Amino acid sequence: MAAITLDNIVKTYGEKDKKVLAVDRASFSVEEGEMFGLIGPDGAGKTTLFRILTTLLLPDSGTASVAGYDTAKDYTKIRNSVGYMPGRFSLYQDLTVEENLQFFATIFNTTIEENYHLIKDIYVQIEPFKDRRAGKLSGGMKQKLALCCALIHKPTVLFLDEPTTGVDVVSRVEFWDMLKRLKAQGITILVSTPYMDEAVLCDRIALIQNGKILSVDTPENTVRKYPTKLYAARSDDMHRLLKEIRSYPDIASCFTFGESMHFTFRSDDPHNIEKLKAKLNKAPHEYLEIKEIQPGIEDYFIQISEPAHE
Amino acid sequence: MSEIAIKADKLTKKFDDFVAVDAITFDVKQGEIFGFVGANGAGKTTAMRILCGLSKPTSGSATVAGFDVYKETEKIKRNIGYMSQKFSLYDDLTVMENITFYAGIYGLSDKEIKDRGESLLSQLGISHEAKTFVASLPLGWKQKLAFSVAVIHEPKIVFLDEPTGGVDPVTRRQFWDLIYEAADRGITVFVTTHYMDEAEYCNRLTVMVDGKIDALDTPTNLKKQFSVDSMDKVFYQLARAAKRSGD
Repeated sequence: MAAITLDNIVKTYGEKDKKVLAVDRASFSVEEGEMFGLIGPDGAGKTTLFRILTTLLLPDSGTASVAGYDTAKDYTKIRNSVGYMPGRFSLYQDLTVEENLQFFATIFNTTIEENYHLIKDIYVQIEPFKDRRAGKLSGGMKQKLALCCALIHKPTVLFLDEPTTGVDVVSRVEFWDMLKRLKAQGITILVSTPYMDEAVLCDRIALIQNGKILSVDTPENTVRKYPTKLYAARSDDMHRLLKEIRSYPDIASCFTFGESMHFTFRSDDPHNIEKLKAKLNKAPHEYLEIKEIQPGIEDYFIQISEPAHE
Repeated sequence: MSEIAIKADKLTKKFDDFVAVDAITFDVKQGEIFGFVGANGAGKTTAMRILCGLSKPTSGSATVAGFDVYKETEKIKRNIGYMSQKFSLYDDLTVMENITFYAGIYGLSDKEIKDRGESLLSQLGISHEAKTFVASLPLGWKQKLAFSVAVIHEPKIVFLDEPTGGVDPVTRRQFWDLIYEAADRGITVFVTTHYMDEAEYCNRLTVMVDGKIDALDTPTNLKKQFSVDSMDKVFYQLARAAKRSGD
């Protein structure tokens, strides 16, 4: 059975003449025990989907279910069986770490002791600060406390809305390790992130932009859908190289990618690379290096993105 | 020899017993894109506030555009631009009103404001949005507009505090095109980021850990120094050793 299903969900905001389409006919499903990633930039509609699935918002049309319950009719049942960590820190700043956890356990009719095994690994890291007010915690500790509070009633489905945004690399790695351990306990996880490098850590991912689901697949299959050959180039003068490659007529796309730039050709002429190199060598670069590479999630996302703002 | 845009010598800031910035020494050349990365709580924001003339150091010395961070903070403010992800433009002013407001504060004349405002809008391809409220612009446009406004007075140095957080991959790259163009015009760019691929776009960068500068070099040399193949791994090695955490 699917833990989460969405069927043609549409959601608009605003009044008649100024309607904003936040979610545009979104459909996908998440299997039980799966770690499913919702990958897309700010404003793509990720949070709206989370709010619909956690029964905080009704869609204009379409249906959705979570843990077998309909989001419109059975909302009280869903609220008892899911954990939700919103993008914005939403615990009580003026309660201590322990008081927050106690509070969430109590409103779900349980105790910290009863489900302590679920949060133990995470809670021991913040336990030394259990008497500190939540508002006084560091970003990384707030994030851990929020996860504990979302888990304390033993949810079957966990919703995490951008848990790692603005968090440094070290804390991000730690956080994903925690998620792996939760998945191993059988909890279904729907997690959103704007960081494309985190997509490969999910079982399956949906790419979302402007309210539309662009692709749903495993990370491996997602990048296999890349339609053309992709090349990477680098030299000692990246900015000049970027301008030169972009001005070459047969280039379809060229984007900076960390230490190199990734580009594609309009045609699949086997001599493309030789011709380009000949052109570039008119004003030689030192250490010029061009090679074919395997595309990543971010390459694919850029490839299927709607042209930014033309 | 290149001119020095920013020079810090044993720059230190203490809050009571807490040493937020611990004797950092570095310099940034005119026209350089200089990256400033570090874990949450490493002291980046505190250091940046000192360099922008918003906070006085406890000890050590620094100059920004040749001006002293103790005595000449007003002159510093007039010679820099600043943009962050958290605060950039006023949502309830239109695009042109924001431009007029900031350019006015930076001391441009009415004629300069009109000319540069118009050329800025046409460069970004949003001339038709001059009368649109900033609140209703897509995030990517806002960020690009905010950057262009931050350099409308052609400052010597622009400070960018995590300018690209949450922006889509295409816009994030267009944003860096604007940064490159500014650097080509001779504007020094001082930028913090959480995206390690962006660290690669900097001419040189430092990694700050627990208030100290642990490494400073070009991306290529840093990767060599730590015998790894990505900036992500350089950062991970350095930041994992950090003792303090926080925002």
